[in-house]
Amino acid sequence: MKIHEYQARELLAEAGVAVPDSHVVQTVDAAAEAYAKIGGRVVVKAQVFAGGRGKAGFVKLCDSAEQVREAAEFMLANRMVSPQTGSDGIAVKRLLIAAAVDIESEYYAAVVVDRTRRRPVVMVSREGGVEIEIVAKENPTAIVKQWLHPHLGLLGFQSARLIAGLGVTDKEQAKAVSRIIRGLVEVFFKYDCSLAEINPLVRTKDGQILAIDAKMNFDDNAIFRHSRLREMFDPGEENPLELQAKEHNLSYIPLDGNIGCLVNGAGLAMATMDLIKLHGGEPANFLDVGGSVTAEGATEAFRIILTDKSVQGILVNIFGGIAKCDTIAEALIAAAKGIGFNVPVVVRLEGTNVDRARKLLAEAAIPALVIATDLTDAAKKVCAKVA
Amino acid sequence: MSILVNRETRVICQGITGKAGAFHTAGCLEYGTNIVGGVSPGKRGTKSEHGLPVFDNCHDAVSATGADVSMIFVPAPFAADATMEAADAGCSLVVLITEGVPTLDMVRVRHYLDEKGTLLIGPNCPGIITPGQCKVGIMPGYIHKPPDGTCKSVGIISRSGTLTYEAVWQCTTRGIAQSTCVGIGGDPVKGLNFIELLERFEKDDETDGIVLIGEIGGTDEEDAAAYLGRHVTKPVVAFIAGRTAPPGKRMGHAGAIISGGEGTADSKVQALKAAGATVTDSPANIGEALEAALAADNPRMAGSLAGT
Repeated sequence: MKIHEYQARELLAEAGVAVPDSHVVQTVDAAAEAYAKIGGRVVVKAQVFAGGRGKAGFVKLCDSAEQVREAAEFMLANRMVSPQTGSDGIAVKRLLIAAAVDIESEYYAAVVVDRTRRRPVVMVSREGGVEIEIVAKENPTAIVKQWLHPHLGLLGFQSARLIAGLGVTDKEQAKAVSRIIRGLVEVFFKYDCSLAEINPLVRTKDGQILAIDAKMNFDDNAIFRHSRLREMFDPGEENPLELQAKEHNLSYIPLDGNIGCLVNGAGLAMATMDLIKLHGGEPANFLDVGGSVTAEGATEAFRIILTDKSVQGILVNIFGGIAKCDTIAEALIAAAKGIGFNVPVVVRLEGTNVDRARKLLAEAAIPALVIATDLTDAAKKVCAKVA
Repeated sequence: MSILVNRETRVICQGITGKAGAFHTAGCLEYGTNIVGGVSPGKRGTKSEHGLPVFDNCHDAVSATGADVSMIFVPAPFAADATMEAADAGCSLVVLITEGVPTLDMVRVRHYLDEKGTLLIGPNCPGIITPGQCKVGIMPGYIHKPPDGTCKSVGIISRSGTLTYEAVWQCTTRGIAQSTCVGIGGDPVKGLNFIELLERFEKDDETDGIVLIGEIGGTDEEDAAAYLGRHVTKPVVAFIAGRTAPPGKRMGHAGAIISGGEGTADSKVQALKAAGATVTDSPANIGEALEAALAADNPRMAGSLAGT
């Protein structure tokens, strides 16, 4: 789960991280009022998950209430289009109005889980304001890492090494950086983050250390124990079909192709997409119905796949283990009656209760159905159907 | 031979009275697994629907039954504690089937288990099976073929459940048996990984070849490739799922995500090929590639040729 920048700032500020004075607004009038409180030079930032805000004109420096009004009006009235949003762009509902600061140096600080070492790692870099992946590639020595003990967390000497890595030598400034890193680590553990990032962390010309922008991702598996995060969830930023799928315990991700996929198991679902591509087709989605799928769940899966109007054919690939082939066959028959298939559906079934499933499908004699003998045959058939 | 579990293995099920625990305990018993009891807090002294003794906690269960392996179906919020309890009670191997365990819980669990020297499989996995002897997990038993001395047999290591079944079925239908199959699970922080299992399969007399099934996310496959290039002499056939997966999207499994340019299928495929494994482009060709690799006189050489 992701949250907005303003929400991430809120969590950081609570943990003692210094952030510039700011307000979140939803109207042009409120933006002007916020400016009146802050004054001087401010930055107006659209609150959306997608990156590329600056280039799209959705981050603006303003020196007066009029300029703030103008910027707010533009951002709230227009959809933001960036390489991360797709050509339709996304609507902006909230703006962050924050005091602008005179930046002397930009740094980077983040905590993530290191999968290989199986513990969180704090990473800091002298090169802030750019993506850490680029720094890692072009100037890896600029990045300093310290791995965290699962129970002891950030130790004093680790903090000192991180600060030294940033090249901060002034005693007061070092203290300020230390406080920010400790706050970041605290938020990371407290809210089960998968990523907690401050980029940039800046030193201002007058020697203040401030977190200017923050990004946080949370472990979906841990949301159950964080009511605070559930309140912060913004369904408006999610794909409605993905949300609908989640409600039915389905894992669905839309893609650009025209062959819908219905598969049990995440690995097999990915492999099925790969197989379609290998045979010259383009998958329209990833869809894992899961192990304990019911006929209703599978029927809903067909409904979601067919909501995507670019779908010209469907490949059903089931290796029955816990999920039973006959359950899927029943869902297929129900979907054919209830929703109706206006595209060919190629079916490959193997595993638990496959004989009963094949019999059910043969008896139902659904015109749109094409039975495949094996995996390769299924991929070839569905690719031929949509070609 | 086999690795980790066999017909001597004594298994308890934590969560035996729950729906999933009861269902899969029945499946394991039917397969012939030596399940000796179960744990369900507050149900001490009762019998499970299978007629097995039920205990309040793992310590009681282990001391009464002499179990050495625990299979866990406890719901995700309590799974970490259950796993550490099993380790403290003296189980040498814990198989955590539960899906949805928080990652930071797993960080703590691994730390605890490593100190105890307890091995873990999972979470979010189908479990482990030594065909014909012992099934500790949720995989359909009948698709497997036990070694019978007349055919080749392979060890299977996989991050995915159903994709493992797919590979197993392709082996079985070609007359290739399986020594042991381990589903290591799809989470970012987990128990046994490719390397520890490659090491065990390399040493196992009954394993003639190894199937490695990976997917996008992390660098486990790259690490495995570096290891097998140096330490594994048996033929290895691999498949990596997710070549068509878009970056930044979690593909069902918590660990299946390409982020920061790390974890792409291409990187894994290249590393495995460079280490001499046969990497199949299609999940449908795993059995076929394995047949070829096992038949070759110099399997690793044949592997690298077939993989090009």
